[in-house]
Amino acid sequence: MAEMEVADKGGKKGPGVKKSKKLSTRVDLTPMVDLGFLLITFFMLTTTMSKPKTMEINMPYKDDEIKEEEETKIKESSALTILLSKKHRVYYYEGIGSDPENPPNVQVTSFKQQDGIRDVIIDKKEFVEDLKRRGQLGEKDQATILIKPDTNSTYEDMVNILDEMAINDIRTYAIVDITDVDREFIADTEAANNE
Amino acid sequence: MGKHKVAKKSTIVDMTAMCDVAFLLLTFFMLATQFKPDEPVTVVTPSSISEITLPDADIMLITVDEDGRIFFSIDGKSVRKELIEELNDQKNLNLSQEEINNFIVGGSVGVPFNQLKEYLAADQDQRGKLNKTTPGIPTDTVNTSDQNELALWIKEARYKNPKLRIAIKADGDATYPQVQDVIGTLEGWKIFKFNLITGLKAVPPGTAAYQEMTGGRSEGGS
Repeated sequence: MAEMEVADKGGKKGPGVKKSKKLSTRVDLTPMVDLGFLLITFFMLTTTMSKPKTMEINMPYKDDEIKEEEETKIKESSALTILLSKKHRVYYYEGIGSDPENPPNVQVTSFKQQDGIRDVIIDKKEFVEDLKRRGQLGEKDQATILIKPDTNSTYEDMVNILDEMAINDIRTYAIVDITDVDREFIADTEAANNE
Repeated sequence: MGKHKVAKKSTIVDMTAMCDVAFLLLTFFMLATQFKPDEPVTVVTPSSISEITLPDADIMLITVDEDGRIFFSIDGKSVRKELIEELNDQKNLNLSQEEINNFIVGGSVGVPFNQLKEYLAADQDQRGKLNKTTPGIPTDTVNTSDQNELALWIKEARYKNPKLRIAIKADGDATYPQVQDVIGTLEGWKIFKFNLITGLKAVPPGTAAYQEMTGGRSEGGS
C-alpha cells in the first residue's frame, strides 16, 4: 500500500491532473509551549507551597511515679518564669516564685518587636552569662525559662513564646502548668495597673 | 550598489524541541506532586521561624480548629484500613464495607464514635457539611477515661504504625486549654516529642537565631 502511494507520488502527472497545493505540515507549537510552561509553573508552585513547616517540641517528661529527689531542680538565679495571659499579654518574673515570703516582682509586657518579651529574655541570658563569669553559677548552668500558659491564653501565644526560645537560642525551657499562685500574681498585677 | 541582497531568513523557530522539554517537565512535576489532602476545616496556623519541613510519610495529623474541635488523620491506605477495622471491632460500630472504604479513601475525621457510622455513610459533599457542625473527637486531659476517644485513636494508630510522627496543626485562636487537652493525651501515652505545624516567618535581625543563620559567631553582644 505504502509503496504504491510513494510510487504514485513520484510518478508523472498527466496534464489533466490538478497539482494539489502543498500544505506545510508544520504546526505552530508556540501556544502549546505556553500552555506547557504555565502548567509547569503551577505544579512547581503548588509542590513547594504545600510542604508544611513545623517546629519540634519536647515536653518535660511526666510520670506519676517519679520521685521528688529525681526531679530536675532549677536554680532560682538562672530561672525566668513567663506567664501567658489574656489579650496576648505576657507576665514575667525572675526566678521560679517558690518563696512565698518574698513574692517576685511581676511585670507585664507583650510580643511586640521592641521592648517586648524578647528584650527581657536577652537581658536574662546576659545576666546568667555574667553570673557564670563571676563564678556564681556553674559552667553548665544556662538561662532556664518556665512557660506557664494560663487558661485564657491562645495557642498562638504558646507558639510565639516557643518561637522566642528559638529566636534567642534558649536551650532549656519547659511548658508547665500554671499554679494558683501564678494566677494571683497576674490578678495582683492587673489590680496594680487599675484594671 | 554592487551588494547582494541579504537572504531573507524565516523568523519561525522550530518549537518542537521546546515543547518536548516543557511536557517532559510537566510530566515530572505532575508525577512528583502530592496534592494536599482535603482539609476538613480551615485552620490558620501561627508563624514561627522554624524551617523544618514535615516528612511526607508516617504522619499522624491532629487538627484543632479555632473552636477547639479536634480532627484526626493518618496517612497510608493500609494503615487506615487496619485502624478502622480494629476500631470497628472494639467499639462495635457495625460499619459496612462501603463505610470502611469511605474511611480509607477519606481525609480527616472529627466525629465521636457514636456518629462515625452516620458520618462515613454520607457522601463527600455531605461530609464536608457535617465537618462544619461536628463536635470533633471528644478528648480529655486524662487519657485513661472512656470519654477520651482521641486517646484511643492515637493508641490504635500507633499500634498499626509504630513509626508514626505526630503533628499538631492548631489554629492560632484556639485557646491553650484546648490544645493542652491534646498535648495531655499525648503525654498520657508517654509521647513527649511532637511537631507543631506553623507558618514561616522571617528571623528578626539582631537576635541569636539571626546571627546563627548568617554564620556569625553568636556571642550574645548587644
